[in-house]
Amino acid sequence: MRYRALVTLAVVLACVLALELACALGWVARTVIIPPSEMVGSLRDILWSGEFNRAIALTLTNVMISVVISIAAGFVLGVAIHASDFLRRAVEPYLASYYAVPTFIFYPVFIVLFGVNSAAIIAIAVLLSIVAMITATMNGLDRIPTVLLRTAKIMRLSPVKTALMIQLPAAAPYFFTGARLSVAYSFIGVIASEFILSGDGLGYAIAYAYNNFENRQMYGLMLLIVIAVTLVNMTLDRLDRRLQSRLRR
Amino acid sequence: MSSKAMSSKTLPSKAMPSQTLPGEALRNIVPPIVLALVLILCWQGLHLATASGAISSPAATLARLVVLMGSGRFWLDVAETGTAFAWALALSIVLGIGLGVVLALLRPVGEVMEPILVTFYSLPKVTLYPLVLLIFGLGMPAKVAFGIMHGLVPITLLTRNAITQLKPVYLRTAKVMRLSAFEAVRSVVLPAIIPELVAGIRIGFSLSLLGVLIGEMFASKRGLGFTAVNAMGLGDLDTIMAIGLFLALFAVLANSGLLSLERAIRHRSAGR
Amino acid sequence: MTVLAMASRGAPKAAEPPAASLKGVTRHYRFPGGAKTLHALGPIDLDLRQGEFFSVVGPSGCGKSTLLDVLAGLNPPSEGTASFEGKPITGVPDGIGVVFQEDASFPWLTVEANVAFGLKRAGIDQAEIDRRVDYAVGFMGLRDFRQSYPAQLSGGMRQRVCIARTLVLQPRLILLDEPFGALDQQTRLIMGDELLRLWRETRATVLLITHSLDEAAMLADRVGVMSARPGLFIDVIETGWPSDRDSRIVADPRFGEMTGRIWEKLRTETMKHMQTQGAGPR
Repeated sequence: MRYRALVTLAVVLACVLALELACALGWVARTVIIPPSEMVGSLRDILWSGEFNRAIALTLTNVMISVVISIAAGFVLGVAIHASDFLRRAVEPYLASYYAVPTFIFYPVFIVLFGVNSAAIIAIAVLLSIVAMITATMNGLDRIPTVLLRTAKIMRLSPVKTALMIQLPAAAPYFFTGARLSVAYSFIGVIASEFILSGDGLGYAIAYAYNNFENRQMYGLMLLIVIAVTLVNMTLDRLDRRLQSRLRR
Repeated sequence: MSSKAMSSKTLPSKAMPSQTLPGEALRNIVPPIVLALVLILCWQGLHLATASGAISSPAATLARLVVLMGSGRFWLDVAETGTAFAWALALSIVLGIGLGVVLALLRPVGEVMEPILVTFYSLPKVTLYPLVLLIFGLGMPAKVAFGIMHGLVPITLLTRNAITQLKPVYLRTAKVMRLSAFEAVRSVVLPAIIPELVAGIRIGFSLSLLGVLIGEMFASKRGLGFTAVNAMGLGDLDTIMAIGLFLALFAVLANSGLLSLERAIRHRSAGR
Repeated sequence: MTVLAMASRGAPKAAEPPAASLKGVTRHYRFPGGAKTLHALGPIDLDLRQGEFFSVVGPSGCGKSTLLDVLAGLNPPSEGTASFEGKPITGVPDGIGVVFQEDASFPWLTVEANVAFGLKRAGIDQAEIDRRVDYAVGFMGLRDFRQSYPAQLSGGMRQRVCIARTLVLQPRLILLDEPFGALDQQTRLIMGDELLRLWRETRATVLLITHSLDEAAMLADRVGVMSARPGLFIDVIETGWPSDRDSRIVADPRFGEMTGRIWEKLRTETMKHMQTQGAGPR
């Protein structure tokens, strides 16, 4: 398994080296893409100079707020929908189609409502991530083997105890998957919003750099986001897998 | 994000069994309608609650949509977005399935590429838009590229997953009947994964549309995405909501259609 | 340690060339990315007589399925030679049919289309295809289900579809890997009768892998008893049954003697296997 990971890494490095070579040989125009080595240099400058610290902090804050809201509200809604047969039948057809709708088209609505600030960004990011948490929560509760619930009944556990001692641990891997997806979608929502229209944040910084032909800075920022988001997602993915394998048959 | 997590984007696991009795059918149709009515009422409530109708009412939105649909400009936008979307979807499907099949059959290559594709899938692809624009310039090719950026990878991953999770006995049967690799793919592998292919196309559909729209919102002077952003600049909420409603209806219809198709095919292959 | 059955009680076919032959066949599996190898099978010496019904019994994981893989040309032997009708086996030879343990019926095709599947590309004209499909479907009792989909059939019926699909190819050697494993006992007995009918009708050579002593003892002309992994033949027993036998042979007093002989050899091997369980992959 680790062998395969190394090969993947090698392939990525090979592509990076190929790009570096192509740039050096002039096969690719500087106006289109700069050599990876310069991207890394730009990234270092960005981090060193602290010029974008505020933007980074803003983006991260927005993401975190969105994550917290999506997970908390998504969990509560998921539990509520699972508990009520009527709600479930009511919501199910919409859930199935939810991610078909390009919800992002409603971002301008939030801009008009809240103005160009974090509220609009967080709103659209939550809209994007919450449903993943809702469906994951429902999924998790569905998949608790009925035999465990019957065991709880026979042990005469109270509903609270049943929830805490049996349902929560049994469904935890699925809840975590929902949380992980919420994080990924929150990143996507926040950065896309900042990019399309906002006054600050990393996404905005990239759009600004693009519009002002500041390629070097732009690529440095792009690299920052790619690396940061990849690291976060990979870490969460690894945790997710470990939870899945340990708690599931 | 593992590619297996992508399936949580489809249905919650407890799919309602298909009911044929009228009583049961009613129990399934009534709640969603009730919910829709409640939501519309809340929408109306918000409209009344906010100052000077900052949020347009449901009625106003519908009215605006009707007006738009009567205007030529609107349909030009629809054609613009639609063309880019059609191209992006078609290419995503053809390339996605092809690539998925190749990555599944060439096991080592597929296993090496999977993490790369999965990582790409969970990136905010909008981050890479400037690169696309620098390569393609502004215009239709860039929009199609945005759509493909969003739609290709999930289709590839779902196709590959479908093949690698095929019952091994199907491939052994193909081998034992001395089918060539091409014949095996054509007459065993592809028919076996058709439900998964439809699911992949359904997801690719939504994502390609999203990619094209976001692209238009950022870098276009035509199309529904542009019109929405333009309306935002004018504070014209009605138009944005109307466009959103139009797209939502379109997407939900298409998605439901594909979902029904997927279910119908799956039902027949339920033996797996 | 290899044993070839020398006693041939009234078997007139010993002079003919064997239908298939394995000499000194072993199979080693290499673990991915490692130096460890698993000695899964052999060395095996086996001469399958033309038109005989040979059964292989052994504990789980002894390599029975591996043996089938080698005979079918799905995997080459690590050592030794495998030949079919005198020619070395490279890839899947023409004239071999395989019925697998799992349900291999294609859920997207009707029963009829399933049965016809292998014929479509063999360059046989449509009239002949229809004739063979009709015959196989009738023979396996699937006539009323021609237009049904496998999803609508029981497990036993689906296996019949798989057998019919093999039958239309008119194989000269039929390999079956625990084909009735997923079925209940009564269905197994009936299917065993069907298999005998098939064997008599097609005059093919049949190799049946099973973990059921009864099945092996009842159906076969010769029973090969395999040891625990790595699988070797520790005995090959001649049953001497008449060719028109069916499941009612369970009443024959010699049936108990036969199963007793098999179990005597198999018991220690099975216990050996249970002790080493968890030591490696199947």
